[in-house]
Amino acid sequence: MARIQVETTVNGQTQEFLCDADQSLLDVLRDELGLTGTKEGCATGDCGACSVVVDGRLICACLMLGAEAQGKQVETIEGVAGEQLHPLQQKFLEHAALQCGVCTPGFIVAAKALLEKNPDPDETTIRYWLAGNLCRCTGYDKIIRAVQDAAKELAHPA
Amino acid sequence: MGAYAYVAPQSVDEVVSVLSDHAQSGEPVQILAGGTDLLVQMRSVNRTPRTIVDIKKLSETNRLSIGADEIYIGAAIPSAELFENVELKALLPGLLEASDLIGSTQIQGRATMGGNLCNASPAGDSIPAMIAVGAICDIANATGGRQVAVEDFVTGVGSNALQDGEFLLGLQIPRPAARSSDAYLRFIPRTEMDIAVAGAGVSVTLDESGTCTAARVGIGAVAPTALLVPDAAAALVGSQLEEAALQAAGEACTAAASPISDKRGTADYRRKVVAVLCRRATEIAKQRVLGG
Repeated sequence: MARIQVETTVNGQTQEFLCDADQSLLDVLRDELGLTGTKEGCATGDCGACSVVVDGRLICACLMLGAEAQGKQVETIEGVAGEQLHPLQQKFLEHAALQCGVCTPGFIVAAKALLEKNPDPDETTIRYWLAGNLCRCTGYDKIIRAVQDAAKELAHPA
Repeated sequence: MGAYAYVAPQSVDEVVSVLSDHAQSGEPVQILAGGTDLLVQMRSVNRTPRTIVDIKKLSETNRLSIGADEIYIGAAIPSAELFENVELKALLPGLLEASDLIGSTQIQGRATMGGNLCNASPAGDSIPAMIAVGAICDIANATGGRQVAVEDFVTGVGSNALQDGEFLLGLQIPRPAARSSDAYLRFIPRTEMDIAVAGAGVSVTLDESGTCTAARVGIGAVAPTALLVPDAAAALVGSQLEEAALQAAGEACTAAASPISDKRGTADYRRKVVAVLCRRATEIAKQRVLGG
């Protein structure tokens, strides 16, 4: 079977790739495009380590086919920082909201999607929004505090 | 054994012809909507290479319309998009809360109600809620399509009424009458991200005196398929939804249930819990009517 040619936009840049019909967007990002910031945890949509945003929706890249990315706008962890770290990334560092780091890109991408939709979420909202992101190191509290602090920072830049 | 193929047709006819061609040649084929079940199954229970037919490019499966008589929810619309529709949420709060319970934010961004229905898990959260609001499956085929009530659509664990050459276009839901509302409750041992031990969806219509004039009750995760429970509805209709009527409706749910015992709960426990969920969901639906 011939591979499928796909043209898509990743972090604002046009990308073309070839993929197999059963290859996930996660596999395409990592293996075809070399964007290894997006992690594979479970590959069944349970852990959120592969969180990316496609056409404005937060999704698990393991649950979308690469072929489905034709004509879509894909945003990954690699597109989060500009010249400087994004406030979420900075606050994750300051609050030590990561240890092993495998879940961190997914948490950052998911939290960024939340703050773009709701710039001032309460703790319950943050916890429910991030319920699909699993972390086996931190116990979550540090992550929640980092997100809350980043929300403040984004609302009132220092 | 062949390889996987992916096609994303632009028209209903094209999907039907791909399905029919595969049925004739005996080549395996499967519809892709949100993919949150399909992609997992491709890596676990069903690795058979097959042609994946993406139905998200069709205008029909992306149609969301709220008419004077009927609400239409296309089979390819992700749950997150439905939940953001304020008018839909006001009309069908129970159905929307059921679909919102399915998985995480990430899953909500992809998963569709149509997919939840076609996947036909006994514990699929949106199915009892669809049954409660009287949803009808709008099925496309080569002979002009057909309609099947949701309670008749799921035929067993993981199986549905779709024949070769057919696929689900969307759900047709009668627009709720004035003074009607619905609710869905499920029991899980945690607060989020779990599979129902039991679930109950209820819709009620009340007249000005508070008497229930119409009701539908659907239950899930307590039988091989979600069930419509006419006896529970009959217990509610004509009552003021007082305690005795709620008890009778709950008992009808217990009687209709034929659950299994598994790691999520024993059969006895499920029979008991489904009655509680029916009573509580009825109370919530009632309060929604009375609260405006």
